[in-house]
Amino acid sequence: MSDISDLTALESELAAAIGQAADLDALEDLRVRALGKKGRVTELLKGLGRMTPEERQEMGPRLNGLKGRIADEIAARKAALEDAALEARLQGERIDLTLPAPDRPAGSIHPVSQVMDELAEIFADMGFAIAEGPDIEDDFHNFTALNIPPEHPARQMHDTFYLEAPDGAAPKLLRTHTSPVQIRTMMTQPPPLRIIAPGRTYRSDSDATHTPMFHQVEGLVIDETTHMGHLKGTLEAFVKAFFEKDDVAMRFRPSYFPFTEPSAELDIRCSFAGGRVTIGEGDRWLEILGCGMVHPNVLTACNLDPEVYQGFAWGCGIDRLAMLKYGMTDLRAFFDSDLRWLRHYGFSAFDVPGLAGGLSS
Amino acid sequence: MKFTLNWLKEHLETDATLEQVTDTLTAIGLEVEEVSDPAEDLKAFTVGHVVKAEQHPNADRLTVCHVDTGSAVVQVVCGAPNARAGMKGVFAPEGTHIPGTGLDLKATKIRGVDSHGMLCSEREMMLSDEHDGIIELAEDAPIGAPFAAVAGLDDPVIEVAITPNRQDCLGVSGIARDLAAAGLGTVKTPAPAAIPGKFESAVTVSLDFPDDAANACPVFAGRLIKGVKNGPSPAWLQQRLRAVGLRPISTLVDITNYNTMDRGRPLHVYDVAKLTGNIVARLGKSGEKFLALDGNAYEVDAEMCVIADGSGVLGLGGIIGGEDTGCTEETTDVFVEAAFFDPIRTAMTGRRLGIESDARYRFERGVDPAFVVPGMELATATILELCGGEASELVIAGAPPIEERSIAFDSSRVASLAGVDVPPDACAGILTNLGFEVSAPKGAEMAVAVPSWRRDVAGPADLVEEVARIYGYDRIEAVNLPRDDAVAKPTLTALQRRAQAVRRRLAAAGLHEVVTYSFMTKETASLFGGGADALALQNPISSELDAMRPSILPNLAAAAHKNANRGFKAIALFEIGPQYADDTPAGQSLAAAGLRLGSTGRRHWQGGADPVSAYDAKADALAALAAVGAPVDKLQVTEDAPDWYHPGRSAVLRLGPKNPLARFGELHPRVLTALDLKGPAVGFEVFLENVPAPRRREIARAAFAASDLPAVDRDFAFVVSRDIRAGDLLRAVAGADKVHITDVTLFDVYAGDGLADDEKSLAISVRLAPKDKTFLDEEIEAIGRKIVAAAEKATGARLRG
Repeated sequence: MSDISDLTALESELAAAIGQAADLDALEDLRVRALGKKGRVTELLKGLGRMTPEERQEMGPRLNGLKGRIADEIAARKAALEDAALEARLQGERIDLTLPAPDRPAGSIHPVSQVMDELAEIFADMGFAIAEGPDIEDDFHNFTALNIPPEHPARQMHDTFYLEAPDGAAPKLLRTHTSPVQIRTMMTQPPPLRIIAPGRTYRSDSDATHTPMFHQVEGLVIDETTHMGHLKGTLEAFVKAFFEKDDVAMRFRPSYFPFTEPSAELDIRCSFAGGRVTIGEGDRWLEILGCGMVHPNVLTACNLDPEVYQGFAWGCGIDRLAMLKYGMTDLRAFFDSDLRWLRHYGFSAFDVPGLAGGLSS
Repeated sequence: MKFTLNWLKEHLETDATLEQVTDTLTAIGLEVEEVSDPAEDLKAFTVGHVVKAEQHPNADRLTVCHVDTGSAVVQVVCGAPNARAGMKGVFAPEGTHIPGTGLDLKATKIRGVDSHGMLCSEREMMLSDEHDGIIELAEDAPIGAPFAAVAGLDDPVIEVAITPNRQDCLGVSGIARDLAAAGLGTVKTPAPAAIPGKFESAVTVSLDFPDDAANACPVFAGRLIKGVKNGPSPAWLQQRLRAVGLRPISTLVDITNYNTMDRGRPLHVYDVAKLTGNIVARLGKSGEKFLALDGNAYEVDAEMCVIADGSGVLGLGGIIGGEDTGCTEETTDVFVEAAFFDPIRTAMTGRRLGIESDARYRFERGVDPAFVVPGMELATATILELCGGEASELVIAGAPPIEERSIAFDSSRVASLAGVDVPPDACAGILTNLGFEVSAPKGAEMAVAVPSWRRDVAGPADLVEEVARIYGYDRIEAVNLPRDDAVAKPTLTALQRRAQAVRRRLAAAGLHEVVTYSFMTKETASLFGGGADALALQNPISSELDAMRPSILPNLAAAAHKNANRGFKAIALFEIGPQYADDTPAGQSLAAAGLRLGSTGRRHWQGGADPVSAYDAKADALAALAAVGAPVDKLQVTEDAPDWYHPGRSAVLRLGPKNPLARFGELHPRVLTALDLKGPAVGFEVFLENVPAPRRREIARAAFAASDLPAVDRDFAFVVSRDIRAGDLLRAVAGADKVHITDVTLFDVYAGDGLADDEKSLAISVRLAPKDKTFLDEEIEAIGRKIVAAAEKATGARLRG
């Protein structure tokens, strides 16, 4: 033994056996037989002690080199067998990923709320706070203070919802517009004032374009210098921002409201061609809001001197704004709570309107 | 208000085109709603000359006409008795839509003879009901010319929306005045001339009102015209009335209607032969009735202004006349009425009786009080012209309520209020053109007298509007409001921010936001603590919507019910809105309510479609409260939810006994039955105003302190009596060592084998975090002993063996 050619033969034999080891057990068996306590390579190494120094000097490195190479080959084979085993196991663990995943249910935000948030965002940038008032109002705030005399048709039963009243008492009513919030604001806060007042409003009306409850937003600016040019500028800026369009053809048309003087209506160009509403251009003028300079009688009713204070007010339907912007055609559906409609027209919780990211996504 | 372009031009000398007229109308506040051109609709109809007419070979009553249309001679089979050679008629070629029959004309064979068109009757043209024969045109009508032009129908009809303040524009003359002021021409409305009476009227008029109703009819003028000949009015008059949608009746009636439209001055005519004695304007008496011209009988009351004679009520002042005294073709003596009726009383009476009329429309808005007698003179002149006869002297009771009004006007207000600089003389010019009288000009200041017909103008702001609208709103420059802050400041109140946060949190949790009405049925409201009389509607739109909602939940239940009927099985809805405890502002509060019906999700192959439970509602409520910064870990859970919840499966989340923040639970089975809802259904209500505001808003957070030392989890299984509330156990455990215990979770609840019948096991995991150094085993054991002791003390718990 200990012939160099014998060592070469042994190495070849072991390497071949390692390469053919079918599994980890066979490989371990081979390792014990080669490198174990009584393994063939171990035995050869044990023989070093019996050699002469010269022989040892020659055979030592040879035998240690052999041991190292065999160990490396076993390790390499082991890694290969383990990889194959893992691969085989993973193949067996294959699942059908076309099966549906569990739901992560996402709800929705109602378009009216979304549009109210859009309005708040636009007008906050122009310095308007949001004011609120009760839905159940009295005659004074809803009518009298707004320069609507008792005989005005709007006060009659067929337009206004009245609550039952104890004998002799004036009945409360459901506000027919958000304008009473103007009155409450002017009576409790000193000018200068810039507010918008979105909210629920009620009129005794029901057909395809009217529901007994709907939403309005009111705007009010009171100081000593604001004039109709500011009204125009503010509303033009609002319309462009809200409809997210730089070029919206608009016109201010003289009109009449008891609580403003001068009064105007704002029309915008639009088209309903092909069953789709297009805002800003088209063959039709569409009236979208009423506005004007706050009537001196209204200021006086709120204890503000019309010789000193002036300003503008405007009001428009929020539901209608939503319909024009997002294309709904039936107002009644807003209040029908149909989940199919809500999923179609609703907004994601994370679709938060903002000036940086845009009002609509 | 409708009128035609030619009618307008009788009052306005102008070269303006139709488009200029309509654009200007809208620009000055008389909004054009529609323009229709009859000539456009009648384009296909032309003048045809019947050059030859022969008896139809196979039909006695038919004529075969050869019609020269100007470009060809075509054969037309005609059934009209007056069809004959030489006449000129209205020819419609094949393909024409015939308005009167609604049919499109086709080439056809009539009894074997080809017919290529039609000769039309007035009914077929929808000009009248006349159908006895075809239209015969004048001999000199040019062959082939458009019929509309020949018949004077090429006159566009303009419809404008008149705002309630502009009653002066409810007559064509008023519209002309506004247009002239806007620079579109000059007014040429003739002033009515006084007509001298030839005799004294045999009928007199009087007013008989109590003092407090004297304004019901302050002036009543009348005149008798005898020897008139009534009958169909002339074609021009009929055409005008038809063009604006009125039906011609007879000359006398048509003249009153014409005056209404032309001058905004309603009149009435009585057949003198049918009157009993003299005419009196007075209040009605209950029980009195009359038959009106609309064919209906009306009962009057003591609030209404009636016109009466010796026989009783003839009509309602300013609203409608009576059938019994109306003029007919037999009328020879007519009594004409021109009066002024109080707008408010007229409106109330009209509303109460449900009568709409052109007269009411004008009187309730207020007619020009100075045009009572002139209107009468105008009508007299037209009657004399068209019906002949002789006019009596005027009889007048009372006096027109004309008040002189003058406004001290600083025309610089136009710039400061309307934002457009109009020089003083330009302001004065506009006002003068509108009929105001401007005097004493001094710089920008002037005295402005208001004309009698402008009942809407009371102060400087009104004059600013007059100037601005005529000068042009489009000339007001749009300017931005001054910006106070380079970066806008936040504007929402705390409550508004809460609503936004809760809304988006609940939507993120899978609930869909709905908006439901603030009202509901009274029966339902009473199931939810409402239904009080003070919150009931006097005049609900339907009995389904007759009470203000005390809670949002029932509306959500109804919405869920509708969706269940649509096939949805996992329904999750919420609404943020008002609920009403009483009718005061303080009684309205803002609630976020949600309702889940059916299962928690869709059926899934891994499960997950569990029936909704009160715990789902609890999770929703807590998520909403957490979103608005409520101290959710400090809330008490009390079992005193109101009785629309299941008594054993509902609770209130509160901060102390007086401050409920939310309630939740299963809906009471009785409520489900009443609402026809198939459960399980759970709901929650969060009261956004009740969440306490943070004491002070700290923007910077407390310093971050987290230990690198490993935390230790220890599990405990406690056995407690079944009636012990898990929350009490958890609270006791958490309080056992406040320094080291950072989290306590309950991960199992068990009852059954191995436990007594009245016992349950609650398994809890406690996380312990060391402070300065890693725990020693004895330290952990010591904390464990404290936990067990605390649990035992609070709930009688023992460790499960």
